[in-house]
Amino acid sequence: MALNDPPVPVIPAPIWRNFKELQEWEALHKTRPEGDKHSALFESVTEGIHNFPGGFVVTTAADAFLNWARKSSVWPVTFGLACCAIEMMATFCSRFDVERLGMVPWASPRHSDLMIVSGTVTIKMAPMLLRIYDQMPDPKWAVSMGSCANSGGPFRHGYHVVKGVDRVIPVDVYVPGCPPPPESLLNGLLLLQEQISHFKKTGRRAPPNVKVD
Amino acid sequence: MNAEQARASLASTFGVEVAAGVPMVVTVAPDRWEELARYAKETVGCRFFNFLTAVDWKEQGLEVVARVDNLDDNVGLMLKTRLAPGVTNCASLTPVYRGADWMERECFDMFGIRFDNHPDLRRILLEDTWEGHPLLKSYAVDTPHPPYR
Repeated sequence: MALNDPPVPVIPAPIWRNFKELQEWEALHKTRPEGDKHSALFESVTEGIHNFPGGFVVTTAADAFLNWARKSSVWPVTFGLACCAIEMMATFCSRFDVERLGMVPWASPRHSDLMIVSGTVTIKMAPMLLRIYDQMPDPKWAVSMGSCANSGGPFRHGYHVVKGVDRVIPVDVYVPGCPPPPESLLNGLLLLQEQISHFKKTGRRAPPNVKVD
Repeated sequence: MNAEQARASLASTFGVEVAAGVPMVVTVAPDRWEELARYAKETVGCRFFNFLTAVDWKEQGLEVVARVDNLDDNVGLMLKTRLAPGVTNCASLTPVYRGADWMERECFDMFGIRFDNHPDLRRILLEDTWEGHPLLKSYAVDTPHPPYR
């Protein structure tokens, strides 16, 4: 053993995907099982109605109704990362009161539709953020709040900062500001509702942006 | 031991100039580092280990800095040692101060200083798979870190 190179014990980082049950659980929830007759029947019926002459009126009306329901009950998961979370909490509270828009801050990703990424995403936090995003049921949306989540912000040249949360999860609305005041976030949430009203019936999302510096 | 006595005894024991002030700055060679800490704790009475960090002076080498305090007599000591250029080994203060454990782990994490006789020298803030030591001046901050950067 060289004197100037003592052994540094390396403990493997716990990766949650290594757990066999969780892995199987994820696979179960990411793919549609073969024998899922109800979804297949629903899709074939929808396609049949859509292809029937004049049937698009029914399907687009159904889409509009479903999107109205979706945008009227967007529940954001409480995911505060940094100082932007203070402004997010102010937005949730009585003065700005997003509950009149149907948004209830919810403490479980299983019941939530929206993730407001409020704050700096570090490289160490990114896998946990992705995990919480994966736990949310489709259809789901993400709002990137503040300069840090948009692009890394003032910490962009730090050694530990993800340069924009859109490298981890797909983002629908970017709210600028450092931090954005509650009015800005409220405007962003209204833009998100506008976007949801044009949402198509598939819940599929684009992959995260691949950026090269 | 009050501040003036501490200044005189440190200057005579270690043969260095100790400037008066709060804190008093004591700079010794790296081979007397642990001895200095033990003297500060047991003779001067600095039982409070405040912090330990390092400074990267580029081609002049690294400097390890520790602050210890005697809260009873209001004596503050800033202990410094300058490592030779290219040297990343330093004596550990954990045999003297148990509080130095995590500070030295952080110092190893950020500056890559290997503390001899440290009981558990591994990274504390960054992942174990991290490459490099980010607070060194030679670290490129835009180092690619797949898949997030």
